Amino acid sequence: MSGTAIRLERCSKTFADGTRALDPVDLDFAGGETVVLLGPSGCGKTTTLRIVAGLEWPDAGGRVLFDGVDVTTVPIERRNVGMVFQSYALFPNMTVEENVAYGLRVRGMPADERNRRAREMLEMMQIAPLAARSIDQLSGGQRQRVALARALAPRPRVLLLDEPLTALDARLRDTLRVEINRLLRGLGITTVYVTHDQAEAMALGDRIVVMDHGRVAQIGTPRQIYEVPSTRYVAEFIGTMNVVGGEIRGGALHFPGGRLPLRDAAATGSREAMFRPEDLALAADDGSAQFSGEVLASLFQGDHTRLEIDVGAARPIVARIAERRDFVAGERLHFKLSTPAIPAPVQST
Amino acid sequence: MSAAMDRRPAAFWLQLAFTLFVCAFLIVPVGLSIMAGVTRDMFIGIGSGVTLQWLVKVWTDYRQTVFLSIQIAMACLALTLLLGVPAAYVLARRQNAFTRAVEELLVMPVAVPGLATALALIVTYGGWGDFRRSWVFILVGHVLFTLPFMVRSVLAVLTSIDLRTLEEGARSLGANFVQRFFGIVLPNCRGGILAGSLMVVTLSLGEFNMTLLLHTPLTQTLPVGLADTYASLRLEVGSAYTLIFFIIIIPLLVAMQWAAAPPRRRKPVEETL
Repeated sequence: MSGTAIRLERCSKTFADGTRALDPVDLDFAGGETVVLLGPSGCGKTTTLRIVAGLEWPDAGGRVLFDGVDVTTVPIERRNVGMVFQSYALFPNMTVEENVAYGLRVRGMPADERNRRAREMLEMMQIAPLAARSIDQLSGGQRQRVALARALAPRPRVLLLDEPLTALDARLRDTLRVEINRLLRGLGITTVYVTHDQAEAMALGDRIVVMDHGRVAQIGTPRQIYEVPSTRYVAEFIGTMNVVGGEIRGGALHFPGGRLPLRDAAATGSREAMFRPEDLALAADDGSAQFSGEVLASLFQGDHTRLEIDVGAARPIVARIAERRDFVAGERLHFKLSTPAIPAPVQST
Repeated sequence: MSAAMDRRPAAFWLQLAFTLFVCAFLIVPVGLSIMAGVTRDMFIGIGSGVTLQWLVKVWTDYRQTVFLSIQIAMACLALTLLLGVPAAYVLARRQNAFTRAVEELLVMPVAVPGLATALALIVTYGGWGDFRRSWVFILVGHVLFTLPFMVRSVLAVLTSIDLRTLEEGARSLGANFVQRFFGIVLPNCRGGILAGSLMVVTLSLGEFNMTLLLHTPLTQTLPVGLADTYASLRLEVGSAYTLIFFIIIIPLLVAMQWAAAPPRRRKPVEETL
């Protein structure tokens, strides 16, 4: 399977009551790629997914293309997409196997052929022993697997997942995340995955589209998004980001607590620098330290200690220190950055 | 023994009084009525002997009313299914001010006295002779009266399941409207349709208020015939008639209880995956 390329051209969505759910967006999903739409609720990610699915029409002027063919007016019934819903939407009047075979049955596939295919799907999702169960006899994780098997059975061109793990508890979510990842890599099917969970997005996405108030805030690989967020919003939505204000000169940001070396020395009018809590390392007070601060709070997390440090900036910074020792409030610590900081994007973006 | 009785809490006596009260007004009259139906002479009492002669008489003279009542109830069921189920589906799918108003209006024939509805029908269509004289005229009244029960019953089930998402799931799998409606929507509101159906049949069989005005001497239904016998014949005949009504209606009531019972909850299996 090479996968279907999806293209959204100037797709916007205004609902009947006048609410603007999505500003015009252009998005390209390469064949076989897994793209995660990430953002808080109301950011337009589900609307985007539903436009790809054919459950919503884009406003006039918007177009949806599958492999270059305009499918904007093709309803979901004929788009051949596999979809997994947050609530799974499994049919309570059918057994597990009948659910999985439903998409094949409505296409008129002969009974023996569709049973074979349904069995194959159940094997793949490791739920073959549940074939004869009814839906209300299944646990959440099992329902999730049935939903995936059902969506994949008719060999859809694209797979669309709408917050598929949100209804599950944390441990199960981790297990299924790994499994879905392996499954998607194996199938090579173009996948659009909607979530508000950044850890899920990082783990599953070849690329992540971060959305905010109906707009695309940034598109990039998980590493790009994490390491070089293009806006303040992206930086703060994904993980924790320290922002320190001061004066930029000589390739570093100078502030009362010391200085921060910058990755991009030719900063563009920014007066702030950003760095992740894990970029901090403890330094000796012998000139190798770049800045220092006072411990405000210390939280032991097992594999690391999370410190809140007052470095004389507007807000305290957060440090993630792996060193095996205790820290006490009021203690003075010296730091250096293991990776240079980046200039913070100007607030208005 | 009196010591044991003294120790019983006040609630016990209240419950006993309530039970006796219910018996006195619900069970005893029914039992006496049934007994009257098989008593040779009620003036003397059951001591006069037990007989099936009244039942035979009712069956001989009034069986047409029984058949007509069943015929009307079945036709009424067919119509309320055809009208009520799609109506409930539309009301469930489109929740807005208009559909809510329709939902309220549908209940009107239940709230308005049956006599008033019947009069309105006669004032409007009484001049259409053949229609006025046919059993279909009664059927119209019965459908008006029972339709809301079907709609409500199906609607309650449809709004308790996530119909929209179920349908979207089916659509994503390629199902067209007909496939979805018959493969997903109807099977998943089976309980509501069943409960509604039994309700409609029961109500139609027992409907008296409207039918009293809508019927003609040639289109007498069971309850109207019953009133006729109580008014003009021996008490034993009316009671035997009631007995026949019970024989028809009690299995329906039992079936209704059975259909309305919540589905057996199966325990979800342990989370093993």
